Amino acid sequence: MLRYALKRLGLGIIIVSVAMVMLFAMIYVIPGDPASVALGPRATPEMVQALRSRMGLDQPIWIQFFRFYFSALRGDLGTEVLSGRPVLDVVFEQLPYTLALIAGAISWSVLLGIPLGCIAAVRRGGFVDRVIGVLSVAVIAVPSFVIAIYSLLIFAVALQWLPAIGAGEPGNLASQLKHLALPSLAIGVGWVGYIARMVRASMLETLEASHIRTARAFGLTDRRITYSYALRIAILPTVTLLGVGIGNMVSSAVFAEIVFARPGIGKLVYEAISVRNYPVVTGAVLVTTAFFVVVNALADILIGALDPRVRTSFD
Amino acid sequence: MTVLDVKDLSVDFATEAGTLQALRKVSLEVPANRIVGIVGESGCGKSTLINAVLGLLADNGAVTAGQILFEGKSDLVHLDGNGMRALRGQKIATVFQDPMGALNPVLSVGKQMRDIQYRSGLSRKAKDALSVEMLRKVRIPDPERRLAQFPHEFSGGMKQRIAIAMALLMRPSLLIADEPTTALDATLEVAIIELLKELQKQIGCSVLFISHHLGVIAELCDEMIVMYAGEVVERGSTRDIFHNPRHPYTKKLLDCDPARLSRREPRLPTIPGTLPDLRNRPKGCVFQARCEFADDACSTMPPDRAVSASHVARCWHTDETAGAAA
Repeated sequence: MLRYALKRLGLGIIIVSVAMVMLFAMIYVIPGDPASVALGPRATPEMVQALRSRMGLDQPIWIQFFRFYFSALRGDLGTEVLSGRPVLDVVFEQLPYTLALIAGAISWSVLLGIPLGCIAAVRRGGFVDRVIGVLSVAVIAVPSFVIAIYSLLIFAVALQWLPAIGAGEPGNLASQLKHLALPSLAIGVGWVGYIARMVRASMLETLEASHIRTARAFGLTDRRITYSYALRIAILPTVTLLGVGIGNMVSSAVFAEIVFARPGIGKLVYEAISVRNYPVVTGAVLVTTAFFVVVNALADILIGALDPRVRTSFD
Repeated sequence: MTVLDVKDLSVDFATEAGTLQALRKVSLEVPANRIVGIVGESGCGKSTLINAVLGLLADNGAVTAGQILFEGKSDLVHLDGNGMRALRGQKIATVFQDPMGALNPVLSVGKQMRDIQYRSGLSRKAKDALSVEMLRKVRIPDPERRLAQFPHEFSGGMKQRIAIAMALLMRPSLLIADEPTTALDATLEVAIIELLKELQKQIGCSVLFISHHLGVIAELCDEMIVMYAGEVVERGSTRDIFHNPRHPYTKKLLDCDPARLSRREPRLPTIPGTLPDLRNRPKGCVFQARCEFADDACSTMPPDRAVSASHVARCWHTDETAGAAA
């Protein structure tokens, strides 16, 4: 287990490092000088030069990169260009909103997708299976911003059940959850379709296995066979899918935060890009990448917890 | 007393290419405290027979005629899902062919053994104690510790022993063993056969033992049933059938057993021809196309002729086949 954890850690560092190289290169090749953009058109060349040297932009490129890399490893992601606040603080201020959004999206997709997939598998070929199949493909195919806008129109504007924008009052959990419902549904609804399809397929495969026949031959009830004996195996590919899918959800979070005017990493990055606030962009993306790596490791650990065969191979 | 009494059982499967008659008028008896073997080639209906007895036929399969009497009373054909579940695992237990896949890979052996006892009303501790006792009976060393382990931590032979322990846990009156040794190597096979024999005596159950290994049947079974293309072509005591086979198919089958060859043959004998298409059964005898005794009589369905009190063959020519054994 320890060796496995170390391996995962090493892999995580490599992934984050690659992300850092790409981020650094991207900012380097984007036209436009961050210093002059930050100071606006009326800045004198001296002011621009002063800011450039403060930001380290006058140094050779490799020095810039290593400075960037090692200070990031120490947790120093630089300071915001205008306010001078540490980037890490700015990012961590916004991070909980995005985490809540993604947790909400996962809850929707898991709580709806897994039961729907199971029901479809058990009722294979029947009317219910077909309805679930069509709905799954539909929610996968429709872009989530369309679903976001329609859910806004229906639940917030027409029915007025749920608030349209914002993140809710601080400290008021009920209000925050209400504000979370629609944006997280907009991100999660496509995943409901993916997960329902995935669970259905792996469930059908598992139900054919000979150990399921054994369980039937021992008189266990269908419910126990489906939800305890089969689901525990059929769920494994879905856990992997979700681990990888988190990356996708983070990018969906960008538009959801904009459409629903919620604070969060997505909105932070979007606004930082439009004013070329590069330290914030790189900081936010790095934190997100690290988050992705951690979530994937967690998904693997979860699979180990569910499947003893994998647990053995950790050693 | 008869534990299992199957009478004129027919099972059909609906397939895209038409109705497949998997079992036709199958009759057999498993007396109390006896080991009855079923022998037959792949596709002869052995598995369908078991699934029909267990009420686990695939969705496209159905019993079209006949009865399955269990312990003289309940007709399993007409038993509902709940009634059937109350028998499965409790009164009728099964050991399947593939020990590698027969146990759930993500649940511990102890958990799976506890779940089988869900109707017993015992405490968790009492259930585990019973599991340990059973594991000890099948000679799993250190059973207390082993309960917490998962199937992949056991060898193939051990897994099959665990499967047997699970099957006998509720002290069933009928144990169905579906080729339990086919996937094991020869030394393990002998050990499992010995174990089954011993446990059968201890527990006092009947065993329906399915195999395509004639030697195993001869060694283990008191009575045997020969199946061909979905029919029981011959049944009787193992001794009678091995020494005086009366159905032409049984004769040929015994001739093909390498263990019974009296001299070295450069080529192993086979039965010429192929199995009939079960979607389009021949009228009359199912074996006629491959049979050396076949004549006009065989185009009508032969009766189950009693050649002795406990020996029956489904053939018109039982008089001609007598004494013609190799």
